[in-house]
Amino acid sequence: MAASSERSPPPFPDSEEPELLEDSDEGADAFTGTSISEMDSPSPDSTRPPKDIFNEPPEDIFSDPLSNINPEPQKKVDTKIPSPSSDEAVDLFSEPLDDDSEVMSSPEVQNPMPDLLNEPVEAPKSDVLGEPPVHKNAARQQDFFEDPPKGSNKSSSVKKAASAELFGDDEDEEDLFKETPKVVTKKPQPSGPPVDVFTEVKSDVKVKPQVKDDPTDLFTEEALTAPAQKPPASSSSSSRTNGVHSEEQDLFSEATVELSLDSPLNDRKKKDAVKPSLSAPAASVASSSSKAPSKTLEELEEEESEDKFDLNISVTNPEKVGDGMNAYMAYKVSTQTSLTMFRSKTFTVRRRFSDFLGLYEKLSEKHSQNGYIVPPPPEKSILGMTKVKVGKEDPSSAEFVERRRAALERYLQRVVSHPSLLQDPDVREFLEKEELPRAVSTQALSGAGFLKMLNKATDAVSKMTIKMNEQDVWFDEKIQDVENEEQHMRKLHVMVESLVNHRKELSGNTAVFAKSVAMLGSSEDNTALSRALSQLAEVEDRIEQLHQEQASNDFFTFSELLADYIRLLGAVKGCFDQRMKAWQRWQDAENMLQKKREAEAKLLWANKPDKLQQAKDEIAEWEAKVTQYEREFERISATVRKEVIRFDKEKARDFKRQIVKYLESLLNSQQQLIKYWEAFLPEAKAIA
Amino acid sequence: MTSISEDSDKEKMRSVSVDLNNDASLVIDIPDALCERDKVKFTVHTKTTLSSFQKPEFSVPRQHEDFIWLHDTIVETEEYAGFIIPPAPPKPDFEGPREKMHKLGEGESSMTKEEYAKMKQELEAEYLAVFKKTVQVHEVFLQRLSSHPMFRKDRNFQIFLEYDQDLSVRRKNAKEMFGGFFKNMVKSADEVLISGVKEVDEFFEQEKNFLLDYSIKIKDATAKAEKMTRSHKIADDYNHISGALNNTAADNNTAFKKHLEKCAEVFEKLRKVEDRMASDQELKLTELLRYYTRDIQAAKDLLYRRARALADYENSNKALDKARLKGKDVAQAEENQKQCLQKFDKLSESGKKELTSFKARRVVAFRKNLIEMTELEIKHAKNSVSLLQGSIEILKSN
Repeated sequence: MAASSERSPPPFPDSEEPELLEDSDEGADAFTGTSISEMDSPSPDSTRPPKDIFNEPPEDIFSDPLSNINPEPQKKVDTKIPSPSSDEAVDLFSEPLDDDSEVMSSPEVQNPMPDLLNEPVEAPKSDVLGEPPVHKNAARQQDFFEDPPKGSNKSSSVKKAASAELFGDDEDEEDLFKETPKVVTKKPQPSGPPVDVFTEVKSDVKVKPQVKDDPTDLFTEEALTAPAQKPPASSSSSSRTNGVHSEEQDLFSEATVELSLDSPLNDRKKKDAVKPSLSAPAASVASSSSKAPSKTLEELEEEESEDKFDLNISVTNPEKVGDGMNAYMAYKVSTQTSLTMFRSKTFTVRRRFSDFLGLYEKLSEKHSQNGYIVPPPPEKSILGMTKVKVGKEDPSSAEFVERRRAALERYLQRVVSHPSLLQDPDVREFLEKEELPRAVSTQALSGAGFLKMLNKATDAVSKMTIKMNEQDVWFDEKIQDVENEEQHMRKLHVMVESLVNHRKELSGNTAVFAKSVAMLGSSEDNTALSRALSQLAEVEDRIEQLHQEQASNDFFTFSELLADYIRLLGAVKGCFDQRMKAWQRWQDAENMLQKKREAEAKLLWANKPDKLQQAKDEIAEWEAKVTQYEREFERISATVRKEVIRFDKEKARDFKRQIVKYLESLLNSQQQLIKYWEAFLPEAKAIA
Repeated sequence: MTSISEDSDKEKMRSVSVDLNNDASLVIDIPDALCERDKVKFTVHTKTTLSSFQKPEFSVPRQHEDFIWLHDTIVETEEYAGFIIPPAPPKPDFEGPREKMHKLGEGESSMTKEEYAKMKQELEAEYLAVFKKTVQVHEVFLQRLSSHPMFRKDRNFQIFLEYDQDLSVRRKNAKEMFGGFFKNMVKSADEVLISGVKEVDEFFEQEKNFLLDYSIKIKDATAKAEKMTRSHKIADDYNHISGALNNTAADNNTAFKKHLEKCAEVFEKLRKVEDRMASDQELKLTELLRYYTRDIQAAKDLLYRRARALADYENSNKALDKARLKGKDVAQAEENQKQCLQKFDKLSESGKKELTSFKARRVVAFRKNLIEMTELEIKHAKNSVSLLQGSIEILKSN
């Protein structure tokens, strides 16, 4: 990094420089507590990707802030909505309206109060320090640097509004909401983001961030990650500022700080962290913006106890639809939640297997390239399904269906327990929407399937060819760990499978023995012994049942858990691969830059000034690319790291829960066993 | 090459399958055995107050073949035709553990240290179980003989117990083996032939029907029980799972590690319990059935001998009638007929006694074993329960 920043000359027109410098100056002010500059450019960002903003998260923009606001200002926001959206997409309109009406009546509005009460220690503290809000704004504020040149004039206006708000919200909320319309009227289009910002600020101050707030973060994030492939102009500006601060390290320290918000070292670290993020150039915007919200999410996750995560999904009632080879199984997907992002508290949809696969396809397309671990769905099983299609009512197909149902349920639960994936509109659509467009690309034998296979093959090849020399010890170890763990899990899975089979075998043999003993008992001429033997046969029969139940417990609680984690570890490895790909892209760009430089040197030596300018331009272009790719690599590294940490934590928890459940099942069957034998003992003693 | 001395197990093992009237005048046990390749050398220890023995206490080394010889001589003694001759102990079968040993040797290079240790552990457990069982059945055979009022006085039996050198009984050669086989064939054919003979005694008629039916059932039950106990490999699986969990834990250093280790520990402990459960089931249930399959065969043999005598007697009757008709050799035929009748009566009398005591013995043995097995099952299950409860507590608490 340092090398690259030294190399990069400031190729940019001067006009922007003062602007940016000013920003950072103001940023310094911000840390003394005023946080004026924090908000100084929320609008530029929003001007850039209006499409994204309005396509994706309209509901969130309006519904979520609302839910957080007290009933009083809520009206204002309501009235405000029509004005900005007057010239906008229809869905913006239709969606928020629903939400509004709902929010008005919904009890969610009351939420801030209990929250305040619940977390009195943390909330006041952050107020006093003035740090957490500042800090968070700072992180978010990077988003708004996105496009300084265009936004410069507008940003000043918004700046006023925003800063006023920031002050205002410390004093009273009235201000906040009075200001909002101003922004809106000045700039109707970006009305969404400013609203975000305010609610964000507010939520920081008033209540600890909740899942509810986060949709807004996320969507700004999504909006922002899209323009990651920026035109050279904007990115080269970044390369310039890049020279000012080398923020590779800082980015990381920032990450750690955000993770450990509650630690006593906070304050000092925070200052360190905020500085670089304030001056962070445009290219890092996307990365840090994507990091910031998810990091706050992680905090949340830590802060929130499990029961606070109120979203129960169950997959039930598998039902065969249709006949013959066109038949398919449909499952009832029921959701129960108090999260405000959903329209109601309980809802049910019917989904078929390919819909689940389709959901995965969509999610993985969107998120896996960013380094997120997208939980994989259960595998397609042509054999199993064909059996179900053809077979009438045979136990193996019933078992197959039950197995799949359970797997799908676990899959969905994993998806929604991922804070970022939960926010994905596709997830919500999957859970809520009555009819889904048929997922076509999930068919194993379709053209899309073939393409996918082809892609996978090329991926595999490129994976083999990429020789990444790992700089990061953490990753180096983790990649190895995951690899080993997968191996071990596979072995373990085989063992557990054989346990299941042996237990089934034992169960079968016990049944046969029970019958045989019953026969023996009937032949026995000693009455008491005969009776005892037929009792023994009964006991063995029950034990057979017990073995059978235990075998299915072995399978569903233990074996399937391992199978899930083998799949999940595959997904984790996929994340590492994505990171490696990003690294490769960066290295390629670096090499290209090197080549361009050499070409320039040659031109200089050959004294061809006419081509020199072009070469210089090219160098500038590639320098920008290098920085951008490097940023992307940093970003994906941070995301992957965070994801893996989260995954490990989840895994430990999940395993513990499942193992306890499994041991309890064993316990239960042993207790049953005692009961059976104890009932038999007097019979045996009665033999005379 | 393995030597065991059962101390604590001795009591338990001694009278597993048969209830023996504990007569202190002749007490026999096998305190020690040595396994050399495919030969097992048993140390037969005798303690006696009988004057027919030179010393009151002595030990001799005996091999499986010596037991078979003893059994055969007793079977061949005409005098004992009216008794249920205790079934000979089955040949020691170390095929299972040996096969595993082979596998272990082969796979040594490809296995990790832990896996190897686990396999060895398993092997040793299995080996020990087979070994114990073998010693037990041999011991029981001798104890049955010693507790029988007639057999205990048998000359060969006393030689077997007392002669302090190797008996070095000749192994059966191929001709004899074939002879034995042929004899069996003839016996089966004969059984079919004489089955047509009208039974004169209702007791034996009943007994025959019962034993025939029962022997089929118990054979079946034995086979099923063997299959069941053989498929009781849960312990092995637990063992492997525990090993795999430990391996997984070894490469892990997150909070996960603790859970894995705990879990591995649980499985390791469960393995031990499950192992004992399986081997106790084998010892108390399967072995009981197996023994009585053989004992019933012995009882059936007695019935056969009696039925043969009955057939002989009827033939001699016919011969006498014929002789009378012809007026030739009447005295000789009469003598023959009388002898046959005598033999038959003797067989019937002792057979009746034997069968009655056999029935009592069987019921007692079943009772004893079933109670013991049930108690052991309960004990093991309770062990598992407390083990699991403890582990669940620990897992939940951290």
